[in-house]
Amino acid sequence: MSIEIDRVNKRFRDFVAVDDVSLTFREGELTALLGPSGSGKTTLLRIIAGLEQPDTGRIRFHGEDTTDLHVSKRGVGFVFQHYALFKHMTVFQNVAYGLTVRPRATRPTKDEIKQKVMRLLELVQLDWTAHRYPHQLSGGQRQRIALARALAVEPKVLLLDEPFGALDAKVRAELRRWLRRLHDDIHVTSVFVTHDQEEALEVSDRVVVMNKGRVEQDGSPEEVYDHPANPFVYRFLGNVNLFEARVHQGSAHIGGIALPAPEYADQRNEHGHAYVRPHEIEVFARQEHADALPAKVELVSVVGPAVRLELHTDASDALVHAELPKHRYRALGLSQGSDAWIRPLHSRVFLPDERVLNG
Amino acid sequence: MSITLARRRVIPGFGLTMGFTLLYMGLIFLVPVGAFLLYTTTMSWDTFWHAVTQRQVVASYKLSFGGSLIAATINLFFGALLAWVLVRYRFPGKRLIDALVDLPFALPTAVAGIALVTLYASTGWVGQYLELFGVRVAYTQLGVVVALTYIGLPFVVRTVQPVLEDLEAEWEEASASLGADRFTTIRRVIFPALFPALLTGYALAFARALGEYGSVVFISGNLPFRTEITPLLIVAKAEQYDYHGAAAIGTVMLVVAFAMLLVINGLQWWTSRRHG
Amino acid sequence: MNTSNQAASEVDRADTPTASDNDALAKRWRRATEEPAWLKVTLITVALAFVALFLVLPLSVVLFGAFERGIATWLEAIRDPDALSAIRLTLLIVAIVVPLNTLFGIAAAWAIAKFEFRGKPILISLIDMPFAISPVVVGLIFVILFGSQGWLGPWLAAHDLRIIFAVPGIVIVIAFGTLPFIARELIPLMQQQGKEEEEASLTLGASGFKTFWHVTLPNIKWGLIYGIILCNARAMGEFGAVAVVSGRIRGETNTVPLHIEVLYNEYMFTAAFAVSSLLTGLALVTIAIKSVVEWQDERRQRRAAA
Repeated sequence: MSIEIDRVNKRFRDFVAVDDVSLTFREGELTALLGPSGSGKTTLLRIIAGLEQPDTGRIRFHGEDTTDLHVSKRGVGFVFQHYALFKHMTVFQNVAYGLTVRPRATRPTKDEIKQKVMRLLELVQLDWTAHRYPHQLSGGQRQRIALARALAVEPKVLLLDEPFGALDAKVRAELRRWLRRLHDDIHVTSVFVTHDQEEALEVSDRVVVMNKGRVEQDGSPEEVYDHPANPFVYRFLGNVNLFEARVHQGSAHIGGIALPAPEYADQRNEHGHAYVRPHEIEVFARQEHADALPAKVELVSVVGPAVRLELHTDASDALVHAELPKHRYRALGLSQGSDAWIRPLHSRVFLPDERVLNG
Repeated sequence: MSITLARRRVIPGFGLTMGFTLLYMGLIFLVPVGAFLLYTTTMSWDTFWHAVTQRQVVASYKLSFGGSLIAATINLFFGALLAWVLVRYRFPGKRLIDALVDLPFALPTAVAGIALVTLYASTGWVGQYLELFGVRVAYTQLGVVVALTYIGLPFVVRTVQPVLEDLEAEWEEASASLGADRFTTIRRVIFPALFPALLTGYALAFARALGEYGSVVFISGNLPFRTEITPLLIVAKAEQYDYHGAAAIGTVMLVVAFAMLLVINGLQWWTSRRHG
Repeated sequence: MNTSNQAASEVDRADTPTASDNDALAKRWRRATEEPAWLKVTLITVALAFVALFLVLPLSVVLFGAFERGIATWLEAIRDPDALSAIRLTLLIVAIVVPLNTLFGIAAAWAIAKFEFRGKPILISLIDMPFAISPVVVGLIFVILFGSQGWLGPWLAAHDLRIIFAVPGIVIVIAFGTLPFIARELIPLMQQQGKEEEEASLTLGASGFKTFWHVTLPNIKWGLIYGIILCNARAMGEFGAVAVVSGRIRGETNTVPLHIEVLYNEYMFTAAFAVSSLLTGLALVTIAIKSVVEWQDERRQRRAAA
């Protein structure tokens, strides 16, 4: 079932939470709504669910307008950040809840409910917890029960609000891979909210980046990471270095070097910013390339298999961060205080006040 | 193409519950209190002023306010001590004592009244020993203070207790690690943190004591000018069908109660702002 | 199964008290957050003396007074026709007032805890108001409105209606005096629980009423029970306001506390204490239930922290 969001607005007093957002989530896709806190992603998710009402705009499920349909009739599965499991019910009762509260006419029999609940508990690999209470489970287990409970009502769409937000790093990583596999099995249209870019990129078919109530970019994880639409997306998806650049006839000039910027073939002597990711900066101990910038190593930190360098160069106001594999760093023979040369391998140039709007 | 939607809340029942809340409160006390205040305004100013400044009435104010202040002060000290002991120390029967603190809140005031007068009468369990020292409690102003202390006992304890429980041990450890001795830590770190709660408890105990009737009337003896509290005077006037006199004094009490409620709300706001 | 043990040990670890370690340490040196032992003992002694004087002794004198002359005398005082009629009247009043205030408490707490609206702090203060007003003034308000010489007195008399010196007046003043108790218990409880569980229930297709019944009510159960018990105890024990409006007509408008006053003023001390012991028992049950509720709450918080 596809979800269509048509020009939705929502404000809380003076705060604009969702600002004229239109999006379509395709059938069977797993989409991440990614953004910093206050970007409106959770509000948008709650509007889709019917837990908030939009000020203006429509929500359609598979073409059918559900904007005025109450949350209890909308047929969504919603997984809450803090699970919202019913504390006084066992795991079994929690998962069965959505079936037992149906009107008698559409309620399955006790046996059917039992079979279905046990099947779902097996699906989330927690059938042995059926008679326990939520407080007896770990955070990751509670989250899986919350998911099973949402799935029990056979929702048309599955909505997850920061599903792994309250878990520690290791459980998080396991659970998101598990969610990906689960989604591949059940294939229900799913949207999940996260502020963790790694999570969004790893799990989803599609990433929608939000900021200040607006959609900044909407695309596949590769697209969003490799071709950020604007400076915000660039910065939000991982670390990035910023160089002052002079944009002239299809090239960006940083210090003494020129980088290709074919999209600005018509620009002349304009001021802009070049964005380069740390792993896209090549570091040399000697001037091996003509188009490398002189720099000085200020700090070296070894993080597991990688080495992060902070370098000072005249072409950037801030220290430049570069990341390289440990063996490469060893081969260079650099240390704190050494002189070095750096060369951006790939950059994306933005002119000030420019909003590049994709799709 | 902006379509404005009717405001509808996702969780149902707002209209029903809010409607019933306002209707019930309106019928049971907002309208009656309003009508009562309106009734007072039908009195001429002279009648009102005469009623509230009669010598006997003024004497009752002095006793009610004075007695309530003394009782609340006693409760401030012993209530804080009791809260401290209950939160910080371990001793046998602690849970029982903790539960018992609510007794004045749950025990009917008339029962408390006859219990207190029986205790403090010159033949009572406590009174007979006080008699040896020439101290009389029953049927004196001291008796009024005893009853008001009893009735206000839970308030300071119950407002200070949660704040004390939430106090981070780290604060005290930090203070100690910076060289403060225990007394200095209590004075400079713990006391300021408890101050708003202490004041709130004090105000609650005072407000409760001012309006108290049942537990006082038995032990006070109700001698005009000496042991007659203001609420008793209201009852007496109402029983003599002196509605103007009763309403005038009642209005004074009501205004003082509203003022106390404002003060207490302000204090609670202050406390919650301090402690999140 | 392996994973189940893991979960259990997680819980255990969080719950394992370190008290025994602390005790061992305390023997050797005083913690930074502790007072010297002599001071502790002094403070505990003074606090206990205060509790004994103001709480334990009054309680004991009631129970002693009630049973001093044996159980037969106690029974006789309770079985007295006037006592029985006072008990019946009090039960009747409570049967009207407590359900009404329960409905009010639940409705007010639902509106306040689950929704945002302007003027919420004012509404909360208003609910506290009856608690701040002297019971005597509460009685007076209704005497002035409905009394024979009051505002509506002549109209009531013309229609042969009696409110003051009759049961309706007693019901109203008691409802007024005990109005805040259940609401005050439920509002903070429901505010603290938020609305996520209710929202979860609604997304699963439950109606508003089913959500309240299956999700909200079990969560507030203990607070509600305590609120009802407290409201009940205060309603049965209400004295000042009832003293003003009842007229103390024996066998007709005498509630239990008024009956106690009458007995005491007629020097029937044993009977007064015997009837008092009933309300005292109720008060003790009330504070016992409060302890149970708090204990449950502590346990829940400890679970949530685990």
